[in-house]
Amino acid sequence: MFDWKWDFTIEILPRLLDATINTLIAAGLGYLIALIVGLIFALAQRTPLRSVTFIVRELVEFVRSTPLVLQIFFVFYVGPQIGIRLSPWTAGMIAIGLHYASYLSEVYRAGLDSVPKGQWEACSALNLSVRRTYAKIIIPQAIPTVIPGFGNYLIGIFKDTPLLSVIGVMELFHAANSIGAETYRFLEPYTLVGLIFLVISLPTAMFIRRFEDWVRGALGMKKLYAKD
Amino acid sequence: MLTYFEFIQEYLPALLKGTVVTLEQTALGILVAVLVAVIMAFMKMAPFFAIRWFGIAYIEVFRGTSLLVQMYWIFFVLPLFGFTLDKFTAGFLAVGLNLGAYGAELVRGGIQAVPRGQYEAAVALGFSPFTRMRRIIFPQALLKMLPPWGNLLIELLKATALVALISVTDLMFMSKQINSTTFMSAQAFGTALIIYYIIARLIVTPGMRGLENRLSRKLSIG
Repeated sequence: MFDWKWDFTIEILPRLLDATINTLIAAGLGYLIALIVGLIFALAQRTPLRSVTFIVRELVEFVRSTPLVLQIFFVFYVGPQIGIRLSPWTAGMIAIGLHYASYLSEVYRAGLDSVPKGQWEACSALNLSVRRTYAKIIIPQAIPTVIPGFGNYLIGIFKDTPLLSVIGVMELFHAANSIGAETYRFLEPYTLVGLIFLVISLPTAMFIRRFEDWVRGALGMKKLYAKD
Repeated sequence: MLTYFEFIQEYLPALLKGTVVTLEQTALGILVAVLVAVIMAFMKMAPFFAIRWFGIAYIEVFRGTSLLVQMYWIFFVLPLFGFTLDKFTAGFLAVGLNLGAYGAELVRGGIQAVPRGQYEAAVALGFSPFTRMRRIIFPQALLKMLPPWGNLLIELLKATALVALISVTDLMFMSKQINSTTFMSAQAFGTALIIYYIIARLIVTPGMRGLENRLSRKLSIG
């Protein structure tokens, strides 16, 4: 095909696959941060303190409506200005973690809101503790609602990791850029990067749909994707 | 060190110049995205296997890889095949093609959410398939999909920040440049963040809500 060089492809493939591991670590770590901080954001919006709710709400809106790449630059460059030196990895993880935390907080919120009010009322009528209410009644019912959201953002964070290359995180896209700069060949590295992304994200999406059906089945709900 | 007020006086014009480019990229990106979304949604619903397959492949490929990778591919690799695009065109084209794939699923979802009875009534009244889609199904689908499109357009606005990486002189690019000459990072990037936020909350969100109100009024009257 056109100018495609197979020996060059074979030569750069190991280097790209090595960098893919970094991409996966970045996505996983960022997602972990997002899961925890997102839960905090979501719960903070359910406290009786109006001012806390308001501040967190506005913060989430702000983070959600501004570009991630700009936030990455902001975190990376503003640190040194106030005397905190962050490595590219730390700054990147903070930025991408916070960005997706604000998305995930909305998923948590939608999940908790999707449980009918009667369930909460039944729990207080039965005098269940707050802990048992959440652990045994509310969260199990909220899970099927939130799986697609969590799954989409997992794939989303994976696809946003190339942005970390702008501050020098050595992930997949960064590796492709270096190869391009060294060899002046762009066709193979960028095409391979695209293919690697596809090969990971498509099966993940399929797995998430399967998983959703499995959970729905386990909870005795109607399956969405299975044909049987 | 400049105070923030002096910083604004000195650099706001440059940032606003970048903002204009960002708005241009956003507007052109929306145009491409809407076109792609409608075409791909109909292709994915087509009765012919080959056409349907093309629609599915397009949507999966563009949603399965990163926008940044797609943009670099369009800008650096397409010239090798003989299609050389200037950076401005490559920028909004990549943004539009990428977000259009997400939009296609919204269009398809909206059309499939129109109740079955509406199709049957249109068939019973003897509308041609084209008129049926244009006058009966699509307007109702449009009303249903406007709120998710509002979110998508904010994603699109945010995505245009990536065009700075192929040196389109948009808001992101300007703030980066100001940062590298003044080292006033908080001011440069912070101001740009605020401008993006203002565009999203004061232009895109109210605009979409207005569109929704107009359409729902039009549908209930006519």
